[in-house]
This record gives sequence, structure tokens and C-alpha cells, in this order.
Amino acid sequence: MTLTEDVRADPVRPAGLGPVGWLRWAWRLLTSMRTALILLFLFALASVPGSIYPQRSISPDKVAQYFKDSPGMAAWLDRLWLFDVFTSPWFAATYLLLFLSLAGCVIPRAAAHWRELRRKPPAAPRNLSRLPQHASFAAPGRTVDDFAALLRAKRFRTVTGPGWVAAEKGYLRETGNLLFHTALLALLVAVGVGSLYGYRGNVLLVEGNGFANTVAAYDRYIPGQRVSAESLEPFSFHLDDFQATYVAAGDRRGQPLDFSARLKVADRPGAPERPYDLRVNEPLDVNGTQTYLLGHGYAPAFKVLDGKGQVAFEGAVPCLTADQMTYTSECVIKVPDAQPSQLGFLVRFLPTTVPAADGSWVSIFPGAANPTAQVFAFSGDLGLKSGQPQSVYQLDTTDLKPLVMGNKTKPLAVGDTLPLPGGAGSIQLTGVREWISLQIAYDPGRGPALVAAALAVLGLVLSLTVRRRRVWVRVGTAENGEEVEVGGLTRTDGGAVFADEFSTIVTTLRGREAAEADSREGANHAH
Amino acid sequence: MPTEMSGLATLSDQLVLAAVLLYVFAMIGYALDLGFGRVRAAVVVPARKLVAVGAGGAAESAPESPSARAEGPEPPAWAARAAVAAVALSWLGWAANLGAIVARGLAVGRWPWGNMYEFVVAICFAAVSAFLVMQIRQPVRFLGAFVSLAAALGLGFAVRYLHVQAGPVVPALKSYWIAIHVTAAILAAGLFILAGVAGILFLVRKEGPSRLPSRADLERVAHQAIVIAFPIWTFAVIAGALWADKAWGRYWGWDPKEVWSFITWIAYAAYLHAKATAGWKGKAATIVQLIAFGCLIFNLVGVNIFLSGLHSYAQVP
Repeated sequence: MTLTEDVRADPVRPAGLGPVGWLRWAWRLLTSMRTALILLFLFALASVPGSIYPQRSISPDKVAQYFKDSPGMAAWLDRLWLFDVFTSPWFAATYLLLFLSLAGCVIPRAAAHWRELRRKPPAAPRNLSRLPQHASFAAPGRTVDDFAALLRAKRFRTVTGPGWVAAEKGYLRETGNLLFHTALLALLVAVGVGSLYGYRGNVLLVEGNGFANTVAAYDRYIPGQRVSAESLEPFSFHLDDFQATYVAAGDRRGQPLDFSARLKVADRPGAPERPYDLRVNEPLDVNGTQTYLLGHGYAPAFKVLDGKGQVAFEGAVPCLTADQMTYTSECVIKVPDAQPSQLGFLVRFLPTTVPAADGSWVSIFPGAANPTAQVFAFSGDLGLKSGQPQSVYQLDTTDLKPLVMGNKTKPLAVGDTLPLPGGAGSIQLTGVREWISLQIAYDPGRGPALVAAALAVLGLVLSLTVRRRRVWVRVGTAENGEEVEVGGLTRTDGGAVFADEFSTIVTTLRGREAAEADSREGANHAH
Repeated sequence: MPTEMSGLATLSDQLVLAAVLLYVFAMIGYALDLGFGRVRAAVVVPARKLVAVGAGGAAESAPESPSARAEGPEPPAWAARAAVAAVALSWLGWAANLGAIVARGLAVGRWPWGNMYEFVVAICFAAVSAFLVMQIRQPVRFLGAFVSLAAALGLGFAVRYLHVQAGPVVPALKSYWIAIHVTAAILAAGLFILAGVAGILFLVRKEGPSRLPSRADLERVAHQAIVIAFPIWTFAVIAGALWADKAWGRYWGWDPKEVWSFITWIAYAAYLHAKATAGWKGKAATIVQLIAFGCLIFNLVGVNIFLSGLHSYAQVP
């Protein structure tokens, strides 16, 4: 991203130069404006696939689905890093080249601006009437210093010579320009620091349970390369209660209105617990580590007795939400300890159950107004001994014998027990709890990134609104009295705006009374 | 929903329809001014040819006189009146558009840009506002027909394809950031649309005399609008990152909307560089501008329809 105002000539490829010459050629090529523009476009283009293909960092489940649906294609996409676009080598290459090009421009240009800031405005050109803005008037008895003072009062930087004043203002344009581009570099550094020294992780927490911020407590933990397990902020909290409210009637029935999780937070081990109401848009902040409420679902509690009458399972089972509008949820219970044979259950949880016309049962509302559970029970071998890892949300029914298919029978209400045929045991729905999913993130780059972004906006506004302009005044060039000539020049667009400013400056220089007297006579010399 | 609120919601819907009609009438007024008003070109052209360009019943009302050969035919008086009426109609449409937004906001008791419908209505309002404010101080009335057309089409599209009943929003949208982030995005989009309209006209208009504004004027208007819009867009993206930091647990996560607002930002940055630093002018700069404009429109509308992401709660029906 070159910042030079003029088109820089394309570097000519050196013939027969040594490695230094080649390096210089490469550097000039890299920092040329045309290369910068191409890199900008490449950078934009490189981001596009990140919005088309599912990304591992955002939705790993969708990537897995892609692999399942079209394995051949997925393998090729994966070879090209198209599931990890924003961490891919080619994406990194684009932005590193771009920022190198940027740095290669900002640094020499900052030095040039520094020299310019300390230099005096250039002396008046010989013929002021050739400038885009020009005026002349008679002002007997007034000196160069008078005009210089008037221009300084308008915040011009001035220098005087024999019979002339040179004035310049608008240095903030270039300052803003450099600030903007430097802030972008700083932003990149802040993002980098955040990903090296920060971490994030996800937790699923059922009502009545707690969480302590240790690596082991996470369901998914993604640390930066420089994060050690000991550096995690040692806070903990307990989820007392989760409340979700929904629109109860009308055509938006079922739309969520508010989520609120009541936590008891201990900022460090042994610290007194404080209550905190965790909501969307209101994360919990413990010394810079943020805890966010991401999602929620149902966790019905069951008690399973096996064929020998012993309690083989008791507890809440987090369910996956199958339908967002009705919160119909699906869960799996695996009871490997059941005797004489293992038991497995597929459960369909219906928060607000009503009978459907075809004799089945459906949920019509996401809130738990009439919660029930349809149970599909199996017995046999759960396949846990094979050593193959299994998902807790899936039941492998290859070696299982179906016992009960609950889709046509009345589902279990809270307190109901379903006896299993053949004396295999029983299952009871003992209660309904809810789970929340949380993201816990620590990013030391957040603050610096914000400062850099704010400075970038400030620099941008300065560089786009401030105009660099020069004004010269020449006194006493005409023989018949003291004729004053004024010329003005701006190097940036917007001549119309500068023309207005220039005429205001001329009015000030002449003195208000003189200008008014002049306009009364209708003899305005200013062109 | 209480009846008084649904009354306000209905009023809002009716005001949007009124705004569409007023914009269409305004467009006709601007078009009459463009079609029969003064020809904008420094080049002298035969009056006979101009009458042909004027088309239809213009022939009689454009008197052919020797002076017309030099300056083009003297425009009929009613053409100037049509322009004045068009500006008045634009202001009326603007007021109806504003009324629709306010009524919707009062009906739902929140900032009225919580879904695609409300968002598009607000963007059309911003585009018309940008034009109306600009034409107070600068001679850009020639853009009126095209801005009114764009606004009428945008509102019509919103009413026909995006309309959802007034109602509450999901918890993620309940934040004061909606006032900051979305408002900035709407303002910037309105200005970018003004620039985009000027850019399209630039390409449509050939060199030489035409009833359309001169290419230099179009380029200047586009550049001015983008110079104002770009920092606002930058701010909107940053405000979005701040909101994401509160709502989603990270300030930047390459969500499709984030990706495309980033691409849009880069594309407009490329335009400004091409123009200011590399000295591109005319067609080349305009094409860069229109590529950026395409990215913007895809970001505002396409992302919500074609790509799934965290911004998809925008309730496209």
C-alpha cells in the first residue's frame, strides 16, 4: 500500500545486477502502488472462500458433515486449506506481503513527513497570477509582517522574505494518513498477540452444576501457542438457574425474548461468592477473562433400574435440540452397568407436548409447559468395549435388541415410570433441567486492537477531510502605490471548497472595512 | 400485540407504500427535467438532433431558434417547474419514509432495524437523505431521478419480498450496540448507494453531449460520497467488532457478514488508493468503485439470503 502521491514509475528490471540489485528491484516492486492495489484485491478475493465453505474454527460440525457427504471433494478442499482459510499459508502470505508493502511505504514516508514538518513553507513563485487561486488589491501602508500575522491567526505556518509571505497549512492530512496506516499495522500485531497469548474454550453446564476454569473442565479448549495451563484465571462459578422467555402468542409464537443464567461466581479459590446474571450481550468478566452465554437446551433427568432392581443410572442427560422452534430434543442414555445385559435409550424430549391428529405426540412451544419424554429402549451390547471412541449423542444399535418403541404410546410425564418388557428393568423421568453452553475467552489483544482501530478511524478522518494548502502574499510589486498580490494552491481535490476558503482569506487580508467599501463601489479586484 | 401498537405498525406499512408512490412521482418529475430541460454539454450540437433525443411530444415545445444552435434549445418553463416539484415530492417521500421508520420503532418499542425489511427501509431513507442534503448545497439534482428510482425499487423489494410483521427481536439483538453499529452501516450504505448510482450513470453515459450529467460531475459526486461514507463504514465495522466482543465472545471471527464487510472495506480502500495515489480516473476508477458497490450490496442482502452465519437472525421470510 504505497502512499506516494505521484504514480511511481514501474521499476525497471535490472540487467546483470548482483543480488543487491535484485533485492532492491524486488523491494521497489513490492512497495509500488500497483502491487499494493493487486495485493489489496487478492486479500479481498482470498477471504471469499472463507464465507462459502464451512470453516473449522467456526462450525467444525459442518466441516465434518461436508466430509461425510462428499469425501473426495472434501479431501481436495482440505489440501487447499479451504476449511481453514483464515489460518492458511496462502492467506497469511497475502496479508504479510500486503503489510510488508505497507511498512515499506509508511516508514520512508514518515521520515519524509518529519523533515517536511520541520521545513519552512517554500518561497513565493515568481508569478502569483498563474496559480489556480489569485487575487490582488491595493493596501497602502501595510507590511509583509502584517499579512504574516493575519495568516498565522488562521493557523497557517508562515515564512517571510523580502516583499513576500509564504504560508502553508494542512500538515494533519499526511499525519492522519500515516497514523491510519501505522494503526493498521498495530491492529495486525494486536490480533497476532491475542491469538498467541489468548485462549478460548467451550463448556456445557447443566443447572445445579459448577465450573472451575481449568483446562480439564473444558469440553473444547483452544489455547494460543504461548498459553500455559497454569496461566488460566482461577475463577469458578455455579449455575443455579437458567430462564428462557419466549413470545407466547401471535405469529411470532416461540421466538425467544430473553435468556438469563443465574450464576454464583467466585473470582478466585476461597473468595466470597457473588451472584451474577449472565445474559446474551452481557458477558461475565473476571480480570479480563470473559464468559459468554452461547446457547441452551434441555437436560431431562432419568432414573434407570436394571433387571436386578438396582439403580444403574441416575442423572440429567443433556439433549441436542433438533428443532429450534419447538425445542424438540434428542438424547441418548447409555447404561453400561445394567445387569443382566446393558441398556441403551434413545429419548425424544418434548417441552410442550400435545397429541397430534395422527396419534403421535409433538411439541408446539420451546418453553417447558408440558414436558414429556418418548423413550425408545434397547438391550444388548452397547459396543463400548471395542475401544472405538463413541459420541455421547449417538447410540450404535447394531448389537442392540429393541425393547420399547415409544412413538405411539403416551410419552412419560415427570414422575412417570416405564417398565421394560421381559423384566429388563424400568426407566423413570424424574425431572427436567436445562443446560447452557458457554464460551470462555481470554484475549490480551482486545484492548490494544480497540485502541489501534480507534486511531485508524481518527487518522482516516484526518487524511480524508484535511486539505493541504499554500498561500503566498507579495507586497508592493506595482509602482503605482502598494499593490498586494495573493495566490493560493491546494494539492488535493476539491478546488471548489478551497476557492471559498481562499476568498475568505483574501477578505481577511484586505481588512473587512476595505472589502466592504469595495463591494459597495462594486469594484472588486479579486478574480 | 396491543391494538394501538398494531395500529402504529399498520400506519408504518401504509407510510412505506406512500413513500414508494411519492418517490415514483418524484422520479417522473426529475425525468421530465432531465428529458426536456437544458442539455449539459460544453460541445455545440445541432438542435435538430437534440429534439430527437428529447423524444416524443418534446418536439413542439422545444422551439428551434438560431440561438438554440449555440446553447441547445431553450428548455420549456414547465420543465424547470417539474424539477422543483420533484424536489418537493422527494422531501414528502422522505418524510413518509421517516414516518414509517418512526412508527415502526414506536410500534415495537426498539430501534427499528432488527430485520432485513426494516434495514432496507432505513437504507433507502439514508440514500434519499444523502441525496437531498447534497442537492441543497451542490448542483446534483440530475441524480434525483436515479436515486428516487433506486429508493422506490428498494422499498418495493422490501415490501414485496422482505416484509415481516412488526415484533420483538431475538435476545442477541437486544443491545445498545444496535443503535450504533446498524445506524452507522445504514448511513454508510446510503452514501455508497448514492455513489453507486453515479457510477452506473457514468458507465451508461458516453462521452459527448447528453441529457445526462457530465462524466466529470458524476465522478466528483461519487468520490465525495465515498470519502464521507468510507470512515463511517470503517466505524460501522469496528462498532460491529465491539458488539461481537460483547455478544459472541470474540471481536472478529470471520463470520460471513464479517468477511463481506471486510471485503467491501478493502474494495473501497482500493478505490480511494487508485484515485488518490495511483491517479486512476474515469472509467477505471468507476469500475473499481462499482466492484466495491457490488460487494456492499451482496454484503447487505446476499449474505443473509445465500450464506448462513451469525447474522442470519435478520429474519428473511
